Amino acid sequence: MVKEKKENIIDSNLQRKHKLRTKGVKVWYDDFMAIKGIDMNIKANKVTAFIGPSGCGKSTFLRLFNRMNDYVDGFRLEGEVTIDGENIYKKKVNVEQLRKQVGMVFQKPNPFPKSIFENVAYGLKIQGLKDKKFLQEKVERSLKRVALWDEVKDDLNKSALALSGGQQQRLCIARALAVEPSIILMDEPTSALDPLSTSKIEELIYELKKDYTIVIVTHNMQQASRVSDYTAFFYLGELIEYDKTKKLFTNPEKKQTENYITGRFG
Amino acid sequence: MNNIKKNRWKDQAFKFWGIFCTLLGLVLLAIFIGSIIVDGVQRIDWDFLTSLPSRKADRAGIYTALMGSVWVLVLTTIIALPVGIAAAIYLEEYAKKNRLSSLLEVNISNLAGVPSIIYGLLGLEIFVRIMQMGASVLAGSFTLALLILPIVIVSTREAIKAVPKSIRDASFALGASKWQTVSRQLLPASFGGILTGVILALSRAVGETAPLIVIGALTYVPFAPKSPMDEFSVLPIQIFNWISRPQHGFEVNAAAAIIILLLITFMMNGIAVYFRNKWQRKLK
Amino acid sequence: MRRIKELVIEKALLTSALITVAITAGIILVLSFEAFAFFREVSIVDFFTDTEWTPLFSNKHYGILPLLSGTLLTSFIAVAFAVPVGLSISIYISEYAPRSFRTSIKPALELLAAVPTVVYGFFALTVVTPFLQSFIPGLSGFNALSAGLVMGIMIIPFVSSLSEDALHAVPDSLREASFGMGSTKLQNAFRVMVPAASSGIVVSVILAISRAIGETMIVAIAAGQQPRLTLDPTVPVETITAYIVQVSLGDVQHGSLEYRTIFAAGITLFVFTFLLNTVSYRIRKKFQEKYE
Repeated sequence: MVKEKKENIIDSNLQRKHKLRTKGVKVWYDDFMAIKGIDMNIKANKVTAFIGPSGCGKSTFLRLFNRMNDYVDGFRLEGEVTIDGENIYKKKVNVEQLRKQVGMVFQKPNPFPKSIFENVAYGLKIQGLKDKKFLQEKVERSLKRVALWDEVKDDLNKSALALSGGQQQRLCIARALAVEPSIILMDEPTSALDPLSTSKIEELIYELKKDYTIVIVTHNMQQASRVSDYTAFFYLGELIEYDKTKKLFTNPEKKQTENYITGRFG
Repeated sequence: MNNIKKNRWKDQAFKFWGIFCTLLGLVLLAIFIGSIIVDGVQRIDWDFLTSLPSRKADRAGIYTALMGSVWVLVLTTIIALPVGIAAAIYLEEYAKKNRLSSLLEVNISNLAGVPSIIYGLLGLEIFVRIMQMGASVLAGSFTLALLILPIVIVSTREAIKAVPKSIRDASFALGASKWQTVSRQLLPASFGGILTGVILALSRAVGETAPLIVIGALTYVPFAPKSPMDEFSVLPIQIFNWISRPQHGFEVNAAAAIIILLLITFMMNGIAVYFRNKWQRKLK
Repeated sequence: MRRIKELVIEKALLTSALITVAITAGIILVLSFEAFAFFREVSIVDFFTDTEWTPLFSNKHYGILPLLSGTLLTSFIAVAFAVPVGLSISIYISEYAPRSFRTSIKPALELLAAVPTVVYGFFALTVVTPFLQSFIPGLSGFNALSAGLVMGIMIIPFVSSLSEDALHAVPDSLREASFGMGSTKLQNAFRVMVPAASSGIVVSVILAISRAIGETMIVAIAAGQQPRLTLDPTVPVETITAYIVQVSLGDVQHGSLEYRTIFAAGITLFVFTFLLNTVSYRIRKKFQEKYE
């Protein structure tokens, strides 16, 4: 949909700029076509927001980038999804390795029923890292990164379930950061949180984009306009419009986009 | 990188281990049933079903044991059914959340875990000795009725619980009393589920051996019982008796009788599953 | 009039429910009454310390230890077999197998628990023991090993079914979180799912143990009737349950000391299973509260 002419140019410069790309992506769940052919380039070190009404395919599309749809019964994909120019749906791609590179934060905070420390160290431990000191450093750095360290540093061995919802979500982000991904996918990360916790997470997203490529699905258009550099509007499995956030919200090109952002449907 | 490969390999290995374990029990059961059929099927004929027991293996039949099982099954049902369903109705519809109901709750869960042979000791003392029933069909049936009571109660409760609350509300709103609601709405609506539970409980009763041995059921009876006060044997005891004899002919008899017993058990389970599916579809 | 009818019905239903309490009371009374009479003649210290159990011989000893060791040995073999297998099945079904597989395989596995135990006993005696004898030369015709293994097959569905329910009840969000971090299914299963479902799994294991301890016919048929204090799985042993069956089959005078031995043995068995069931009930109650 967007500047299709440029896509044919294989240019390393472009690849660096375009962290994530999709080409002719279609997704089915059994007979239902959830994504109807999307071409998209997502820029590195920017925050890209996906908006659209429920069931528009934005979450499905987000989950393509770390192959979380693989577990859904009847999932089928056509087209190409690439990260740094590498097709991640090729046979020899190691899904576990991919997911270490692409972290994910979910709709509801979902800490494991373990201690705070164990939660953050989980990703490192499953890679076989055991060195106590190394783990401690990593955990501390990740927790500091999400501004949770001061709140929990004395309670690292307490259950993560004892934290508040907002703290839990920041813990989940710290957990994702600990394995040093380059991309973070966020699937409506604040929809279950109160306004104060939400603004903390939003600040954090702003902080993180220096080092990470962030893609965030959100129901909340104010949030999209606050945190993102680019916004993509999805409707019925199609990418309707994709542009700089400012442009999309102030001067959308498509009628459907305008209807949606002005609250006429959705 | 190396670590990830190793983890993937372990993952695949566990998957095959899981499949292996899942099939293991079923394959062993199949082997076993197969070997029993090979051993025993040629022994089954009309004479085997209708002959009295005998000291000669090739002349012995299961008639008395089979009749004993039928008697016990019928009487057990008559005793356990009303009590079990009534207790379930009480717990599900009448009991308030208080200490009595939580005592009943713990108690039933505990009874379900009491080894069957303990019920045998209870039956021996209460029914056989104190109530002087002797080692009769009736004493055996009472014993097994107590044994399956927890199963009947638990499954009846599940069935009643599955009836949508809206049916209760509708009935009460029309001015029906509690018992009218229970007897005219809840019981008919949960009938299929109750039936399933009862059949499963009875299929357990029909295979029970130990408690009946303990109350003194005979391993050798020359006649089929004619009244509830007669002495009796049942199919599993007959099988047990034949297993403990050294001659090969009796082992064949045991295999043949096991085929009959398994046929009865599996048929009852099949019927129960059939009713459950039919009922669950109706409830939706 | 209608109010009276309703009241009568309610009381009748309550009475039925109270019958279950009467059963428990009956069990405890009967067992303790006869056991009490038994302990008037046999010292309770001897009962728990004497290493021989020979009430049916002329040189009588009343030490429960050999029966207890027989019971624990066969149960241990059964549980050692059934828990790893049953747990693997539950993890496979809930984490690896397609969802549709679950609905068909669970009833099939539960068939294993529906087979009458006398039938399993026959299996142990005529199939498993001869099979094991072909590569364990010293294995006697009656032994704890084959009885224990077959008992293990029988209790597989107790472990697999309840554990699977517990794993199935763990919220999907935890699965997503752990896959999102790059876990394999195996890492997800053992590092996240099993710990999260641990109380349910523990309950399933306790119930399986309780079931094995109380199981009668398999051990009565295949493990033998020789009470001996041993941990050797290849020789005949006798369990508490098998002893009760042995006495019941014989001609023992009501009121005699021999008669009372089965109640003394029975109360020992009852106390064990009662404790296990109570513990599992407590855990189950706590566990339900956690997820509701």
